[in-house]
Amino acid sequence: MDYTTEFTPVSATIGGALIGLAAVILMAGNGRIAGISGVVGGLIAPRQTGAERAWRAAFIAGLVLAPVLYMAFGPAIEVTIPASTPLLIAAGLLVGVGTQMGSGCTSGHGVCGISRLSPRGVAATLTFMASGAVAVFLVRHVF
Amino acid sequence: MTRLLSSLLAGLVFGLGLIVSGMINPAKVQNFLDITGAWDPSLALVMGAALIVTGIGYKLVLRLPHPLFDAKFQIPSLTAIDAKLLGGAAMFGLGWGLAGFCPGPAITAAALLRGEVFIFLAAMLAAIAGWRWLKP
Repeated sequence: MDYTTEFTPVSATIGGALIGLAAVILMAGNGRIAGISGVVGGLIAPRQTGAERAWRAAFIAGLVLAPVLYMAFGPAIEVTIPASTPLLIAAGLLVGVGTQMGSGCTSGHGVCGISRLSPRGVAATLTFMASGAVAVFLVRHVF
Repeated sequence: MTRLLSSLLAGLVFGLGLIVSGMINPAKVQNFLDITGAWDPSLALVMGAALIVTGIGYKLVLRLPHPLFDAKFQIPSLTAIDAKLLGGAAMFGLGWGLAGFCPGPAITAAALLRGEVFIFLAAMLAAIAGWRWLKP
């Protein structure tokens, strides 16, 4: 299978700026870091107040609403998922445990953390970029 | 109520950013990480643009005495780079590379109602719930 994608500098930059804008909105309005794994983790954590769950649920509702809104006006959304079912399950488990143990994902560490010049954010981002490259090398070029 | 609307708006703009940037597409994410293959550097620009906007925006916003709709800013205060941070990040990266999904794009892609997305999400949410409920 051919999974190549084109380099899309303009849409990548616009999309990245929107992600940054969203992080700024959540900080300005709610005083929170827009780290998705943290938002989700706090939503399903035990012993959590209703107010705490509510803003998290609202953020996630916004995420899910985005494709619905986009598709009403924009072109189809291209999503190609090369992974098999067992790989998807393994990947989901790794992402779930890894983000909770490491206190963050691409957004929390990679965007919010690095932009605050947090040493933890920088260290985590370098680490998951490296292990992500290893994983892709294994599935694409070894197995 | 404004607190929830601001959070909803942030989620919506975040999701649109993931769609427009192409980060919602696992093949594109994997191509960014595939430095020895058909490398697609787009994601570097996604991160770069997000970092510039967040960096400047945070600087301005954090001058406020408190957030517009909440009592205080909640900024992580940890600074230690420990085994938990690096081990967790390494595990997360492996999963990210294997499927091309990280939490934001996977949740956003749920709206596309595709079976593969739900399989990934079910495993991810089960692991997150397990971690949060079982941890001492």
